[in-house]
Amino acid sequence: MKLKSWDDLKNYRDDIKKEAAESAKKVTIAVGMGTCGMAAGAGEVYEALEDELKKANRTHSVSLISVGCYGFCYAEPMVEVRVAGKAPVQYGYIDPKTARAIVRRHVENEEILHDHVIKQEVRLA
Amino acid sequence: MSDTYTGQYRITLRNCGVINPESIEEYIMADGYEALAKALFELTPEGVVDVISESGLRGRGGAGFPTGFKWNAARKSPGDVKYVICNADEGDPGAFMDRSILEGDPHTVLEAMAICGYAIGAREGVIYIRAEYPQAVNRLYDAIAKAEALGLLGDDIMGSGFSFKIKIYQGAGAFVCGEETALMNSIEGGRGEPRLKPPFPAQNGLWGKPTNINNVETYANIPSIIRRGAAWFRSFGTEKSPGTKVFALAGKINNVGLIEIPMGTSLRDVVEVIGGGIKDGKKFKAAQTGGPSGGCIPIEHYDTAMDYESLGALGSIMGSGGLIVMDEDDCMVSIARFFLEFTADESCGKCTPCRIGNKRLLEILKRITEGEGREENMYELEYLGKVISDTALCGLGQSSANPVLSTLRFFKDEYVEHIHDKRCKAGVCTALLRFFVLEDKCTGCTLCARNCPVMCISGAPRKPHTIDNKKCIKCGLCLSKCPRDAIIRV
Repeated sequence: MKLKSWDDLKNYRDDIKKEAAESAKKVTIAVGMGTCGMAAGAGEVYEALEDELKKANRTHSVSLISVGCYGFCYAEPMVEVRVAGKAPVQYGYIDPKTARAIVRRHVENEEILHDHVIKQEVRLA
Repeated sequence: MSDTYTGQYRITLRNCGVINPESIEEYIMADGYEALAKALFELTPEGVVDVISESGLRGRGGAGFPTGFKWNAARKSPGDVKYVICNADEGDPGAFMDRSILEGDPHTVLEAMAICGYAIGAREGVIYIRAEYPQAVNRLYDAIAKAEALGLLGDDIMGSGFSFKIKIYQGAGAFVCGEETALMNSIEGGRGEPRLKPPFPAQNGLWGKPTNINNVETYANIPSIIRRGAAWFRSFGTEKSPGTKVFALAGKINNVGLIEIPMGTSLRDVVEVIGGGIKDGKKFKAAQTGGPSGGCIPIEHYDTAMDYESLGALGSIMGSGGLIVMDEDDCMVSIARFFLEFTADESCGKCTPCRIGNKRLLEILKRITEGEGREENMYELEYLGKVISDTALCGLGQSSANPVLSTLRFFKDEYVEHIHDKRCKAGVCTALLRFFVLEDKCTGCTLCARNCPVMCISGAPRKPHTIDNKKCIKCGLCLSKCPRDAIIRV
């Protein structure tokens, strides 16, 4: 399906935005899986999250995605928890054990793991 | 920007770590390809070049050359066949800005290249990417395929009549192929050796055709500038260096990683505020910018603005954005040697100044760090460095002496100490180190002597021991084994 005009692009954008909003899962977990993240062990963290979400029966309501490098390389592996209606929380220095704790405490109980939160401010231009 | 916030503003990294790079839908939802559509349907090729020129965007690969000027030159060159090249070779040690953009937001580069193609009249683009970036290579192939499937790349983009195809070419491990003319030779199947300029790529480039070649980060600015306008871009940074720059912070700093800051932010703010300060509470000594082509900025210039002109005035360069922070435990002579070892190794050998000059420069530095420095070495380094800078054929040779000249300028006393006193105060150059037993603390437990791999420590049990510094190999094992802190390293 090829876009054949500027309007096609705009309509396509609107369509996918609508679809994303409708099917949007309330929670998205983003794991930094650029080369730096992978070198620090993000692969194992992702697998742990995937497994824990299965165990908690939350694969249908939580979206698990991989993203690129956010720049906080000193804190890799990094996990960001995005809950609809709330500010995203960025966690650093995550290992598989802490990753599972994120699912059990933050996702299930809305309890933020303050020890691991990264407090560096970044703004979009 | 009315509050007292000193920090990052993301333009090129806006999507990195935010969107899934393998989803073209997420890129489109983040206003992706809107800039390309605007260019194709609302602006003429000249109009696109005008916006880029007005924005004042300068090349982010290191040289800081005005991007609009380059695009205009390629646009004006006669000919039906032209090329757009993206320089994704990123050879500076410690630099990974381009890798992060390519892995985290590949579509932004593709969109920018298509916009450039429209502006200059090219139908083909090539991304020259170093083979050491396999994840980035995969992401690019994936992104190109997805864009073509949607009609955002390839033939008749969005029904505009403009066609643009992008190919990927992987490098073979040579730093010199980051230099634009050596890069083009490499694509053509030749040796990675630079060509004389002029003619410039805009007139005579890939396969002899007019070519525009820009760095990844330069391209990553393009979609935002087209969408939001030149005035918006100029609201960041300084008059002569508008916009933002991505820096890769490395070394003795707490927040190691990537930051994107407005040009003109002070080095002090970068290190202390954004970078989280020096590790382990040590003291800032210098910051190296521009990698092997750059120089050091000492604490006297801690408040220097990070922009092209200010760094140039201090004998350094902005470079691609590598920023290595050093503390009191770093030896500046050793740092200069480290960078020169790199450039001497990567020299292609085509021109004499670089091929022989760098080798000689390195030999002198090695002798100095090994305790065999001579009085005339300081003059030799300075003279040789300047000759190489003035006469080398390409940017590699022209800038390879910068770390040496810069450290000579700001840290002359360290060179004097190494040469005259045969001492390395930072404790880095092992050949200049000496170990001593403090007689009043030594209890003669013989632990040091028993552990010394070359048996250069002598002494009777329960009597103070002595280290023979002529035999000592400076491994430091004795110091680490001593239970009384009776051994010192000087």
